[in-house]
Amino acid sequence: MNDQSDNLIEIRNLNYSRGQRQIFKNLNITIAKGQVTAIMGPSGTGKTTLLRLITRELNPDSGTILVEGIDIAKLSQKDLYKLRKRMGMLFQNGALLTDISVFENVAFPLREHTRLPNRLIRHIVLTKLHAVGLRGAADMMPSELSGGMARRVALARAMVMDPAILIYDEPFVGLDPISMGVIVRLVRKMNDALGISSILVSHDVQEIATVADCSYLISDGKVAASGSPDELSNTRSDLVRQFMHGMADGPVAFHYSAPNYAEQLLGRDAE
Amino acid sequence: MRQTRSVELGTGLFVLLGMAALLFLTTQTTGSQAFSAAESYSVTARFENVGSLKDRAPVAMSGVTIGRVTAVEFDPQMLNAQVTFQIDSRFDQIPDDSDASILTAGLLGSQYIGLQAGGSDLYLEEGSEIQFTQSAIVIENLISKYLFNSGGDSE
Amino acid sequence: MLRDLWYALDDFLRTLGQLLIFFLRLVANSPSILFRRAGLVVKQVYNAGALSLVIIMVSGFFVGGVLGLQGFSILSKFNAEDSIGTFAAFSLLKELGPVVTALLFAGRAGTALASEIGLMKATDQLSAMEMMATNPLRRVLVPRFLGGVISMPMLAAVFSVIGLFGAHLVGVNLLGVDQGAFWQQIQTTLELKDVYEGIFKSVVFGVVASLLAVWEGYNAVPTAEGVSRATTRSVVNSAIAVLILDFIITARFI
Repeated sequence: MNDQSDNLIEIRNLNYSRGQRQIFKNLNITIAKGQVTAIMGPSGTGKTTLLRLITRELNPDSGTILVEGIDIAKLSQKDLYKLRKRMGMLFQNGALLTDISVFENVAFPLREHTRLPNRLIRHIVLTKLHAVGLRGAADMMPSELSGGMARRVALARAMVMDPAILIYDEPFVGLDPISMGVIVRLVRKMNDALGISSILVSHDVQEIATVADCSYLISDGKVAASGSPDELSNTRSDLVRQFMHGMADGPVAFHYSAPNYAEQLLGRDAE
Repeated sequence: MRQTRSVELGTGLFVLLGMAALLFLTTQTTGSQAFSAAESYSVTARFENVGSLKDRAPVAMSGVTIGRVTAVEFDPQMLNAQVTFQIDSRFDQIPDDSDASILTAGLLGSQYIGLQAGGSDLYLEEGSEIQFTQSAIVIENLISKYLFNSGGDSE
Repeated sequence: MLRDLWYALDDFLRTLGQLLIFFLRLVANSPSILFRRAGLVVKQVYNAGALSLVIIMVSGFFVGGVLGLQGFSILSKFNAEDSIGTFAAFSLLKELGPVVTALLFAGRAGTALASEIGLMKATDQLSAMEMMATNPLRRVLVPRFLGGVISMPMLAAVFSVIGLFGAHLVGVNLLGVDQGAFWQQIQTTLELKDVYEGIFKSVVFGVVASLLAVWEGYNAVPTAEGVSRATTRSVVNSAIAVLILDFIITARFI
């Protein structure tokens, strides 16, 4: 590897649109190895879509995405799966498999991809569950878990194959302050203790500030600002300030784009 | 683990039941079971009219199935129908002057061959031909005969 | 007008093409799942088959009983009550067994499949599997498809057998038809070909009903409304497909 070796993921000139709407316009993002990188943005800017592009659940219209220097668009299904085994992903609501127990959920990747003996699987699963503090919940079914617990189980599952990259999709949404604190601590701890890289998609500015090394603010399909949390909150840009300080109106309009209000009320918008 | 076991047990029972049902349908509802002699000999008989006699129709003696029809063919030389049937080898003492008639099981039932024992000391064997036969009763013929006769009477 | 018709036809043909490709992918992945991950299939045979057994048996019993009653009322006009067994056996083995079982199967197991898969999609479970480098087609869809395909013929056979006993109960025990005549008439009239026709039908219906259920679930719009619509569509489409295919197969066999 050459000078790119510090970069885990490079996104270059990414374009993606869904239907008529262009979600990303020439997006460029670089994610460094070994850090917690946050991707922030108002709701509906396609943050989750970006994650799906990075993991190639979706294919971009144009542009390239390099993961560890490899263009993922050129991977065969087999190589893609090989890459995905090295990625752990935490979905917004956990996405636990509802027909099997917590233990089996965490054991799922091991049972699918390895031929480890049951004793060893049990050992690994209990270790991972212990790390998220839910060893006691191993025999519960996903439907019996609270939102925060489900997310922690999902985290244990994401870690079970000892991935090099952990991806979190909105890990803080809808959690009570205690669960939120637990998740924030876990994100940081996993990243540093296991020497992995983390990508975090969120719009919770406070939490990001405490956990991220570097963050990108995406708006209108482009990177609006980037840097450490401190740099972002001290920036002069109106948009960044609106987002970081939670103001209702500003460059991100309160109103979704619509025809002229007065004209619509007068019925002139028909044709 | 206990859950997995009960699933496996339930599935096993289900498959067993399903197989039993399939077996029942294939063996008990068709006639193949009624006559399944390992050894048999074949006999022929000629009929003027076989009616709707078909392959696999039973051959019965005193109402008990002892064999099964294997072929119903038209003989272009003799201008009649030749019926071949297999008889279970256990019944090897059927007099060779027995007569064969085509009968109907019930009013709407299917047709079968009924054998009536004769008095000969010689028995039917592989390749024998039954000499005395009675054709199937065809209802149309009966009716027309009746009409013709009654018409004749009134003249 | 003509244009709309063309669009509808175009849409239909494309869906049919996609369905065929989907079916081939399921079939292509079936052998390896069947041999290497038999446990997954066993669980689905349990879900689709063993759990449908009660409804199948109850329905079979009463359908058979009704056949006994109706058969008696029609056949007694011809003094042919003895043929009640043949009447019931013919109807059950060749038509009602496969068809009614397929319709019940679509209602009981098909809806369960479609909504389960649709819900797994809506809650990102399929995406999560994809991210864990596990192909959901192989892990989720193929075992469910196979579970249905394996269960259907057995359910249909159980239905027919229970139905026969229902007809027997009504005809012999209730209406006084001779027991020997009942079975003897069945055995002399029914041929192995008739039994095979019924089994063949149930296999085809099993494939179609399972395929449509899995397909609708997999293509459900991942919302509450989308899943409920997919569930409804799976029953409606299965029922229509089964009845049309039944006509075609029957016509071929005659």
